Amino acid sequence: MTDAPETCPVHDWATDYDIFDPDYVRDPVPVWDDLRERCPIAHTERWGGSWLPTRYEDLQAMVKMVPALSSRSAVVVPPPPELREQLVAEAKKYGSENPPITADPPEHKPFRRLILPFFSPRAVEAQIPYTRALCNSLIDGFIDRGEADAAADYAQQITPRVIAHVLGIDPARADDFVEWVRGILELGQTQPEMRIKYRGIIRDFFQEMVAERRKTPRDDAISTLIEAEVEGEKLDDYKIVGVCFLLLVAGIDTTWSSISSSLLHFATHDRDRARMLAEPELLPSAVEEMLRFYSPVTMARKVMEPVEIGGVEMVPGDKVLLNFPAANRDPEAFERPDEVVLDRQRNRHIAFGVGIHRCAGSNLARMEMQVALRTWFDRIGDFELADPDAVTWAGGQVRGPRSVPVRFAAP
Amino acid sequence: MRIKVDPDLCEGHNRCFALAPALFEVDDYGLSRALNDGVVPPGREEQARLAIDNCPEFAISVVDED
Repeated sequence: MTDAPETCPVHDWATDYDIFDPDYVRDPVPVWDDLRERCPIAHTERWGGSWLPTRYEDLQAMVKMVPALSSRSAVVVPPPPELREQLVAEAKKYGSENPPITADPPEHKPFRRLILPFFSPRAVEAQIPYTRALCNSLIDGFIDRGEADAAADYAQQITPRVIAHVLGIDPARADDFVEWVRGILELGQTQPEMRIKYRGIIRDFFQEMVAERRKTPRDDAISTLIEAEVEGEKLDDYKIVGVCFLLLVAGIDTTWSSISSSLLHFATHDRDRARMLAEPELLPSAVEEMLRFYSPVTMARKVMEPVEIGGVEMVPGDKVLLNFPAANRDPEAFERPDEVVLDRQRNRHIAFGVGIHRCAGSNLARMEMQVALRTWFDRIGDFELADPDAVTWAGGQVRGPRSVPVRFAAP
Repeated sequence: MRIKVDPDLCEGHNRCFALAPALFEVDDYGLSRALNDGVVPPGREEQARLAIDNCPEFAISVVDED
């Protein structure tokens, strides 16, 4: 991790877990396996205090506890006090900031119906040619060198441009978008001033985009949101900016993490890499298995009324981390959960969450993974990790490798 | 064999449509419906079972085995 915070070592993960512990960020699975056996819903006072479930069935039950478990606080680390005050004041004035992800019923559904058509199977299919051309041009940029960073030079370059293309903003600003989103979701978790700064930058950016389109409408998602109505009323700028903010922030380091994890896996597992090269038809099930095995996203819920789950009593004000990645390693739900089985036929994983907040962009993410991996295997062929010590990880809300140096035979 | 998708449980993961496009259709919100009133054409039973076993919402079920 690039921003490893200074904290005390953990002595008991059941009562004092630390989601930013560098060893946990690199490999959380031994902790989850241990907790699932002896304390399946752990607790900590660190990082604002939270509960950490590890069993598939508990996660499935929690997502249905709506609105007892509220999405109004869906971010893993709570905002710093000065931002929290501002957010509370804004919520009073405007309602939920980034609906539907920060909204509960009944506000949630109309906003969800507003954004789902951007990510329907048909809409996503229309993004394939752009995504494929993008992957090819990125590979053109490094293939002659015989080496590349599969995370920084490839995965990280794909997702900001694709979501920019979907939203109708300039893909050439991809480096800015990456910096902003890392400021919020990665560095901002442990450095509150980053979170405040980049929240402001992203909101200002979209405010400008909305103003431009109010003058000159375009055929893009932002213009669609300007024209949209929720319960017979047009949205105010605060909401439009908030929805755009969500679509940008949720569409970048999530899928980038999944593509990077997949390429790290194949760079370090000779047999699986050989299978992918020999049996390209495995790609769809392999993508699902990568999503299960390296699930990047953890969301959070705020407890609004007393609930009991798995023998644990939670009280209003508590926070729960929806640990989908751990659920996907539960031996009660998956045969041989700690083995990558590229042709796994029965894979009811919940990497995109489950219930009313299922990731709205899941079709887009799956398409990006498929196109990115297919194009990589077609063009690069065989490859290997160049330097295991150079692999770095980010964790917390979104977990994935941030540097994956690989080498291969130049054409 | 006859199957159904529970519209109250489906959240649009689109797994059934990806695995068995001959048996389901999805709308612009990703919500799924079993085609042909849920009647599975002979020879597609295994596809139907795959769709059932991969749905994260447990939304698809068998109405009638025959």
